[in-house]
Amino acid sequence: MSNAATQKRAFSAVLWDYLTTVDHKKVGILYLMGGGFFFLLGGLEALIIRIQLIKPENDFITAGLYNEMITMHGTTMIFLAATPLLFGLMNYIMPLQIGARDVAFPFLNALGFWLFFSGGILLNCSWFLGGAPDAGWTAYAPLSIQSPGHGTDFYVMGLQLSGAGTLMSGINFLVTIVAMRAPGMTYMRMPLFTWTTFVTSVLTLFAFPALTVGLFLLMFDRMFGSAFFDVALGGNSVIWQHLFWIFGHPEVYILILPVFGVFSEVLPTFSKKRLFGYSAMVFATFLIAFLGFMVWAHHMFTVGLGPVANSIFAVATMAIAVPTGIKIFNWLFTMWGGSIVINSAMLWALAFIPSFTIGGMTGVMLGSNVADYQYHDSYFVVAHFHYVIVGGVVFGLFAACHYWWPKMFGRILHEGMGKLAFWTFFIGFHLTFFIQHFLGLMGMPRRYWVFLENQGLDTGNLISTIGAFFMTIGTIVFLINIVYTAVKGEKAPADPWDARTLEWTIPSPPPFYNFKQMPLVRGLDPLWIEKTEGNGKMTPAEPLDEIHMPNGSILPLIMTAGFFIASFGFIYQTDHKAWLIALYAGMAIAIGCMVIRSLKDDLGFHISKEELEREAD
Amino acid sequence: MSHDHSLNPKTMPEDPSKATMEGKHKFLGLWFFLGGETVLFACFFGTYLALRNSTAGGPTSQDLFGLDLVFLMTVLLLTSSLTSVYAIYHMKNNDFKKMMLWLGITALLGIGFLACEIYEFAHYIHDYGFTFRSSAFGSAFYTLVGFHGGHVIFGLSWLITLMVRNAKRGLNLYNAPKFNTFALYWHFIDVVWVFIFTVVYLMGMVS
Amino acid sequence: MTENTSTNKINSYQKEKNREEMRKQIITFALMIFFTMIAFFAVAMGISSMFVIPLILILAIVQVGFQFYYFMHMKDKGHEFPALLIFGGIWVTFLVGVTFVTIIWW
Ligand code: HEM
Ligand SMILES: [Cu+2]
Repeated sequence: MSNAATQKRAFSAVLWDYLTTVDHKKVGILYLMGGGFFFLLGGLEALIIRIQLIKPENDFITAGLYNEMITMHGTTMIFLAATPLLFGLMNYIMPLQIGARDVAFPFLNALGFWLFFSGGILLNCSWFLGGAPDAGWTAYAPLSIQSPGHGTDFYVMGLQLSGAGTLMSGINFLVTIVAMRAPGMTYMRMPLFTWTTFVTSVLTLFAFPALTVGLFLLMFDRMFGSAFFDVALGGNSVIWQHLFWIFGHPEVYILILPVFGVFSEVLPTFSKKRLFGYSAMVFATFLIAFLGFMVWAHHMFTVGLGPVANSIFAVATMAIAVPTGIKIFNWLFTMWGGSIVINSAMLWALAFIPSFTIGGMTGVMLGSNVADYQYHDSYFVVAHFHYVIVGGVVFGLFAACHYWWPKMFGRILHEGMGKLAFWTFFIGFHLTFFIQHFLGLMGMPRRYWVFLENQGLDTGNLISTIGAFFMTIGTIVFLINIVYTAVKGEKAPADPWDARTLEWTIPSPPPFYNFKQMPLVRGLDPLWIEKTEGNGKMTPAEPLDEIHMPNGSILPLIMTAGFFIASFGFIYQTDHKAWLIALYAGMAIAIGCMVIRSLKDDLGFHISKEELEREAD
Repeated sequence: MSHDHSLNPKTMPEDPSKATMEGKHKFLGLWFFLGGETVLFACFFGTYLALRNSTAGGPTSQDLFGLDLVFLMTVLLLTSSLTSVYAIYHMKNNDFKKMMLWLGITALLGIGFLACEIYEFAHYIHDYGFTFRSSAFGSAFYTLVGFHGGHVIFGLSWLITLMVRNAKRGLNLYNAPKFNTFALYWHFIDVVWVFIFTVVYLMGMVS
Repeated sequence: MTENTSTNKINSYQKEKNREEMRKQIITFALMIFFTMIAFFAVAMGISSMFVIPLILILAIVQVGFQFYYFMHMKDKGHEFPALLIFGGIWVTFLVGVTFVTIIWW
C-alpha cells in the first residue's frame, strides 16, 4: 500500500471521528475551529468597513453592500465568533477543572455544536443568494420587516439554529457542574473559570429564550404575514427592541464573564499567588449576572420610554460598575507582591486590565441617560463596545489560547511570535478605537456609509483604519504561530506553567477518558496544595476500575442537516410553495433522527481495568 | 453495570428515576430546561399583554372567548396532570402495568384537550374571520396559545413514543428516568396553561 | 432469607410512604380544581375588574405553586438547583411582565 493511500485513510478516519464525536474535548476543538473561522470572516468584514471609511466620501463599496458588511460583521462576531470560541473553551476546560470524564449530555453537546455551525453557514449562504442581511446586527423592526430580499430571513433562521445550539450547551454545562464534580470538589473550591462558566450558562438559559421569541415574531411577520410589528394592524415595533435587548445585554455578559474567569486563572498562575479575594470574585460574578438582567433598556434610552423608566435603568446600569470594580481590584491585588512571569498569556492579561477599564468607564458615561442622548448611535458607542469586547473578550481569548494551548494540543505556542502578535494587535487596537471616542463626540454617527470632508473627521478615520491593519497583522502572526507550533512547537509536559488546578494533573493532551482515577480534591487550587505539601500529584479518590464512556454518533450531524434544509424551505416558501417540500423533508429528517435516538438504546461502552493499567501514566 | 435487567422488589431503589447517573442528569437537565421555558413563555405572554387590545377593528377578546369550552379544557389538562402523578406513583411502586394504564389515560386527556383547542381555533376562524393575520392581537393570541398547543403535541408524541418503545420491556433503571422527565415536562405544560386561562381567557373576558 | 424479608419490609414501608404521598397529591388536585372554579365563577359573575383581576392572578399563582411543589416535588430534597433556576426564570418573567404592560406604549 502506498504511503499516500494510508495517509488518506487516516485522514478520512480522523474526519469521521470528528463528525461523530461526542467527546467534550473534540467538540471543544470543533467549536474553536468553527469560531476561529468565523472570527477571521468577521475580521475580514471589519477590514472592508474600515477601508471604506479610510477617507471622506470613499466609494470602495456601495452603500447597500456597506449595510450588509456592518450587519454581518456584528452578527458574525457576536454569535458566530465570540460566543462559540468561549463555548469551545468551556467545553474543553471546565470538565477537566472539576475532575469529570465528560459533560452530562455528550450527545446534546455534539448537537449543540452542529446547530451553531450550520446556523453560521446558513447565515453566510446569504452572500451568494441575493445578498446578506442589512438591517444591522440588532435587526430593529420596522427596518428588518421592510428590508427586501431574503437577507433578513437568513438572519432569522441562522440565528435561530445557532441560538438553539447555544442554549443546549448552557443546560449541559449547568448539569455537568452541579452533578459531576470530583470527590471533594465543593462549590467553593471550584476554579473561577468553572464558576464563570456556571454563571454564564445561567445567563444563557435565561437570555436566549428571549432571542428565540423575538426571532419567531420576526419570522412570522416576514414569512407568514402576522402583524406583531405592523403598526397598521396594531403592532408595535418597540416589542422587538425589548426582546432583543432582554437577550442582548445579558449576552454581553455571557461574553465577558468567561474571560473574567480566564484572567482569574492566568493571573494567579503567573504571579505564583492564589487569587486574591476568591469568594468576593464568586460573589461579584453572581452580582454582575443578576444586575445584568435588569439594565437592558439602557440601549433604548432614546426610544422615549419616559424619564421614570430611563432613570431606573440608568441607576441599575451604573450599579454594575461596582462588582466589576471589585474584580479589577482583586486582579491587581493578586499580582501585588507576586513573583510575576511575563509571557504572552500574561501580556494579554496585563493589557486587558487598563483597556477594559476604559470600556467600563465609557459604559458608565453611556449609562447616564441624559448624556446618552448625545452619545447614542455615534462612534462613541462604537468605541465603548469595542473597548469591552475586543479589549475584554478578544484579549481574553488570546490569553486563554496561550495558556491552555499546551493542554489542548500538547505543544507550547511560540513565545516570540506570541509577543509580536500581542504588540501589533495591542497597538492596533488602541489606534483603531481610542480615536473613535473623539470621532463620536465630534458628531460622527455610526453605521453611515460615508462621511464628508473638512468636518474634522478625516485624520481620525485614517488613524482608525491604520490601526485595523495593525490588528490584522497581529492576527496573521498568531495564525502563523499556530501552524509553526503544530509542526515544530515545543512538546508540552502535563504542567508546563507550574499551575494550580486539576486540568494540569493529567497528560497534555489528555486521554479521551480524562482521569484514570477520580482525584481527591482537598481544597481550592488542588494541585497547588499537593505541590506545597510535597506530593506533587493528586491522590486518587477511587481504586482503578473500569470506566464507562458514551458512544459516538452521526445523528447530531444528520439531525442538524435536516434543520438546515428545513430552514431553506422556510425562507423560500414565500416565493414558491414548492419549497414547502424542503421544509417538510428537512423536518422529517430531523424528527426521524430524534425518533431513532429515542428508540435505540445507547448504553455506551466500558474501558476495562486491564486496558487502563496497560496505559502508562 | 448493565442497565437492561428489569426491576424486582429486591433491586428496586427508592426512586428508580434517580438511581443512575444518567437519571440524575436527565432530572436536572429537564428542570433547568424548564427554567428557560419559563422565560420563553414570559416573552410570549409579555407580547400578548402588550398587543391584546390591538384589534385593528377586528373581533376583540370579549367577542371571541367563551367560558365553557375553556373550563372544559382546563379540567382536561389539570386532570391529565393528576393522572401522570398516578403513573409516577405506580412507577415508584414498581407496578409497570398500572403505570402504563395511567399514562394511557394521560395521553387520552391530552388528546381531548388538543381536540378542543383545534375546535376553538376553527370556530374563531370560520365564525369570526379571526385569524393569525387579522390584527396584532390575532397574531399574539395564536402565537401564545399555539406555542402552548405545540408543547402539548410534542409532549404527546414523546409520551406515545415512550409507551410504544417500552411496552414489552417493563420498567428498568434505563427507562424510568425517561418516564419521570416526561411527567415533569407534562406538569409544566399544565403550569403554562394555568396562566393562559387566567391571563388570556379570564382577563380577556373581564376587561 | 433474613435479608430478603428485611428488603420486603423496607419495601412495604416505602409503599406506605408512597401512598401517604399520593393522598397529599389528591388533596392538591382537589384544591387546584377548587381554585379554578372560583376563578371562573368570579369572572362569570361579572364582579368589577378592579377586584377580579388581582383575585384570579393570585389564584393562578397559588395553583402553580401547588403544581411545582407537590406535583413536581419541588418541596423534596435534592431540588435546590431546580428551585434556584425556576425562581430565576420567575424573576425574569416578572421583569418582562412589568415591562410589557407599562412601557411598550408609554
Ligand atoms: C460597566 C459596564 C458597562 C456599562 C455601564 C455599559 C453601558 C452601555 C450602554 C449604556 C450602552 C448603550 C449606548 C447607546 O447605544 O447609546 C452600551 C452599548 C453596548 N455595550 Fe456596554 N456597558 C458595559 C459593559 C459592556 C460589556 C462588558 C460589553 C461586552 C462584552 C458591552 C457591550 C456593549 C455593546 C455590544 C453595545 C452596543 C450595542 C449596539 O447598539 O449595537 N458593554 N453599553
Ligand atoms: Cu447593555
